[in-house]
Amino acid sequence: MSAPALEELPGPGTPGAAAPEPRGSTGARGQARVAWAMLAPNLLLLGVFLAGPLVWAFLMAFQDKRSFGGGTWSGLDNFARLLADDVFWRALLNTAIFTVATVPVGVLMGLGLALLMDKALPGRGLFRTIVYLPIVVSSLVTSLVGLLLFDESVGIVNGVLADLGLGAVSWQSDGALAMTSVVVMTLWSRVGFSMVVYIAALQDVDPQVVEAARVDGAGPWQVTRRVVVPLLRPTTFFLVLVNLIWSFQVFDVVYVMTNGGPGYSTTMLVTYAYDEGFGPARNFGYGATVGVVLFVITVLLTLLQLRRGTRTEA
Amino acid sequence: MSRPVRFLVCVLVCAVFVLPLAAMVVIAFTPRDALLDDGASLWSGRWTLDNFRGLFDRFPVARWFGNALLVAGLTTLLSVAVNLLGGYALAKLRFRGRGLVLLVVLGTLVVPTQVVMIPQFELVARLGLVGFFWAVILPSASTALGLFLARQFFVGFPDELVEAARVDGCSTFGAFRRVVLPNARPLIAVMTLLAFMTQWNDFLWPLITLRDPDLYTLPVALRLLQTAYDNDYGGIMAMALLSSLPLLVMFVVLQRYFVAGLTRSGIR
Repeated sequence: MSAPALEELPGPGTPGAAAPEPRGSTGARGQARVAWAMLAPNLLLLGVFLAGPLVWAFLMAFQDKRSFGGGTWSGLDNFARLLADDVFWRALLNTAIFTVATVPVGVLMGLGLALLMDKALPGRGLFRTIVYLPIVVSSLVTSLVGLLLFDESVGIVNGVLADLGLGAVSWQSDGALAMTSVVVMTLWSRVGFSMVVYIAALQDVDPQVVEAARVDGAGPWQVTRRVVVPLLRPTTFFLVLVNLIWSFQVFDVVYVMTNGGPGYSTTMLVTYAYDEGFGPARNFGYGATVGVVLFVITVLLTLLQLRRGTRTEA
Repeated sequence: MSRPVRFLVCVLVCAVFVLPLAAMVVIAFTPRDALLDDGASLWSGRWTLDNFRGLFDRFPVARWFGNALLVAGLTTLLSVAVNLLGGYALAKLRFRGRGLVLLVVLGTLVVPTQVVMIPQFELVARLGLVGFFWAVILPSASTALGLFLARQFFVGFPDELVEAARVDGCSTFGAFRRVVLPNARPLIAVMTLLAFMTQWNDFLWPLITLRDPDLYTLPVALRLLQTAYDNDYGGIMAMALLSSLPLLVMFVVLQRYFVAGLTRSGIR
């Protein structure tokens, strides 16, 4: 990943380059043995509880498997069903819509807020805290508050609209509006992160470059647009990537706020996979198939974005 | 933009951003009949502690709180230990396959949790862990994120210090324990905060694997309450507030570390 944000933590001393070959009593082989020993607990846990299940999920996708125990191999049956499954296509479309609605807006809002709060301002610390705060609020609480805000009969948003003399809005029974409410809560919980990362990146922008542009007669808007934003490009690519992955894998907010409804209008790939596997159908095989397709798409999107990132930097 | 304009925009934006949290707090203290009469409102003028009283009367809230502390605490301890060790090996020790290990670990960041959940669940069920805290702790203990975070920190660790310890007769591991670890406090603080936050806020996996409401952690129980209370937002928000409070307080106090961790890691 190509972001300045991924560089070293504020560590003691100066950041050095990669370790040179140590000249100690232990040889290279001894060091390798220590290294593997130190990695072992981690790799064991990752292997057993993540890599193993991932491989297993791939195998399940080719099985007719309901609930526990052995399934029977069914070749490409699950995939054939997938292609003819309207709900799957709907979920794919919804996920795409959700991604398009959240990623650009979320990243741009983060950039805007970071620029707004980068320079000295009375109460800046408080402002920043308020925007970060949702980061530590769990997705479950975020979703429950979302329900409270957008409840059709007793919700706060409709209450405010009523006070303004406007009619109630059907946030829950209208598909597009339900999607909107999910998008709004997602942005609320996510924008703070983009802002934090942008603020950190802004610290690294060379003030002399900005000054030079100003001397050359660029206005503040032009400086931002033509100098600062291009310098932030690696950060932007990183944030787009992370937000892309999060959006494509959205689950909690949808699961709690709308549970995919009304109808299938907010069903996402992950909620669909979850419902198939853990819902009444208990169709482990088909649930895994949807999951595997989602995984493959995520990997492709990631690679695509990484390639774009490296190409623009070069 | 001139400074007053920027200030004004910030005030407006923050008013919007603070609204959901304000709503949570206000409704948690609003009596049930006020909600039923006029709907939820940020200023009903009526206040009560009944929502909290009702919670403590009807549910083992203290127990859930203790469970949450125990599970999040143990997971954090295990994950920080495991990731410190692994991260150091990936950053400072030379061995064949190091690049590959790093690549695979980073690759796991793209795996959607819910996709592996079905086999993961079957796995912990077969291991006989369902209904025990270990079902939650073990799968969450090793995070690619934590490992990566540690590695990034150690890459920047001065080699001279490690070298000096080696010259003084420390073994590879001894140098790590005596010299590197004591100097890694900022890293440990960040890792602890992130691991604790992640585990504290996780609800779906514990909900599936713990099964017994007596074992629930506070945030998981919140999901249970959502169904139990149906539309009683007062009770739900009181519980939501209780479950968020520890992290909100921690965040405000330790904001610097949180921000450092989030910026450096890139993942929540």
